[in-house]
Amino acid sequence: MVSGDVAAVEVKDAVVRWGDTTAVDGVSLSLGRGRVLALLGHNGAGKTSLLQVCEGFRRPDDGTARVLGLDPVGDHDELMPRLGIMLQSGGVYPWAAAGEILRLFAGFAANPLDPDMLLDRLGLRKVERTRFRRLSGGEQQRLSLAVALVGRPELVFLDEPTAGMDTEARHTTWQLIEELRADGVSVLLTTHLLDEAERLADDVVIMRNGRVAATGTPAELTAAAGIDLLEVRADPGLDLTGLRAHHTVTETSPGEYTISGALDTTGLAGVLTWFAAADAQVTAVNSRRRTLEDVYLSLTAAHATVGAGK
Amino acid sequence: MSTLTVSLSRGHVEILQFLRDRAAVVFTFLFPAMLLLLFGTIFGSDGEDGGAAASRIFTASMIAYGILTTAFVTMGSGLALDREDGTLKRLRGTPMPMVAYMIGKALLVLLLSVAETVLLLLVGVLVFDMPLPPAAHWLTFAWVFVLSVVVCSLLGVAVSAIVKNARSAGAILNVPVVALQFISGVFIYPVIQLPEWLQNVASIFPVRWVAQAFRSVFLPDAAKAQEIGGAWHLGQVAMVLGVWCVVGLALCLLTFRWSSRSK
Repeated sequence: MVSGDVAAVEVKDAVVRWGDTTAVDGVSLSLGRGRVLALLGHNGAGKTSLLQVCEGFRRPDDGTARVLGLDPVGDHDELMPRLGIMLQSGGVYPWAAAGEILRLFAGFAANPLDPDMLLDRLGLRKVERTRFRRLSGGEQQRLSLAVALVGRPELVFLDEPTAGMDTEARHTTWQLIEELRADGVSVLLTTHLLDEAERLADDVVIMRNGRVAATGTPAELTAAAGIDLLEVRADPGLDLTGLRAHHTVTETSPGEYTISGALDTTGLAGVLTWFAAADAQVTAVNSRRRTLEDVYLSLTAAHATVGAGK
Repeated sequence: MSTLTVSLSRGHVEILQFLRDRAAVVFTFLFPAMLLLLFGTIFGSDGEDGGAAASRIFTASMIAYGILTTAFVTMGSGLALDREDGTLKRLRGTPMPMVAYMIGKALLVLLLSVAETVLLLLVGVLVFDMPLPPAAHWLTFAWVFVLSVVVCSLLGVAVSAIVKNARSAGAILNVPVVALQFISGVFIYPVIQLPEWLQNVASIFPVRWVAQAFRSVFLPDAAKAQEIGGAWHLGQVAMVLGVWCVVGLALCLLTFRWSSRSK
């Protein structure tokens, strides 16, 4: 493998326009070697357009993209043997069988993985002789993934890799991606699935309306948001008036209180102090951290206030 | 793997694809033979005035039609489909050299054109008792065949770029095919009965020259009286096809796109 000092992907201020629509509006991101970056965002947030630039299918209208230190459009021929690209849909000979397709793509590579191994790993053995058009959506996705991986790439682009897969296939795919990462392969993937990003990604970039709404590791993104909810078990029927001055409190069932709002260290101390002052016997405290999903929803739902973080 | 091996495996998949699509086999491949059977039967196989039998003339001319469908239509609609469903784009995202894509397609076209021509000749010989031409004519046959397959394929690639929707590719591509056959002496023979301006229009396009050259191979020499100018004009055939090769190639290079214009 080539030197690790060149980033796998380096995008600077990229702009992508389709006619009058600006799909990507000044996005910068960087993917280090051997890392997994998840690009999150609603449909139409600009994820696929950004991938197209990285994959060399089009030039950005403004800004730059370097992939493995090379120009994805100009250095196409040099770059392709080192990349694995999984497109979102379509684009495999509909009348050819799964096994034939995978072997054809294996034939393009100098030192391919064993197609049989991939067929087994991705549970495609039983449909090896089935024509592509007769495969289920999940099987087509798995074949697409196999096609992207068969050339032993250094860097893979996966556009919604687990869309349409069942739970088992999804877990196999996650495992494969973790193995790729362990082998030093860099991965740039897009997804709608927050648990997927949380489990796989070293870095997360949340896109909204073609811009970067937030970046960081999953831990950073969730930690910044702090504790979301506190569940306290104590004596039933307490008078909550005092506590409600600073927090939203509900007694969900007798003796079970959920508290939210302003739960930083001081806030937490305040809550427990209040229980102590009320002479309540606290028997359990449970804190719920914000998940990536909460962060994502608050970022993508918010209006222009959060949007412009370049 | 070498480009050659990759090209061969590409060709293999192309051919599998074609054979498994039964609609394509029937409508693209068998259609010219069906038409020949119809025309040959309707217009009779008796020789008239010592000239060539109608069925024999149709056999010769229909080889031009066969190549038009197997090269021009198959190439054009195949490429439009690959472009629309993302196959081309997906292949672009692999180390496959561009030339391997084209060789793969060319292998399919070549195989289909050879098979189509053999099929038409078999119908001509077995059903309409057409005698096979003398050995010397096969040389003419060979270069006309190769040149016309190349020209039709290149033009198919070029025209595919203006096909917006692969679903309509067959219809769009068949418009010039059918129109040119009417004015180029394939369906209506001899071509000299057409108004002169229409003959001139036909002479711009390759179909007239291809059909005429195939007639020169299979018909008795006397039949040249029925051609425009009363001669086979083989030198001119080579020249016109050569020019169309260059034009076709230039159009291909100018218009080729890896994916549909839309996102």
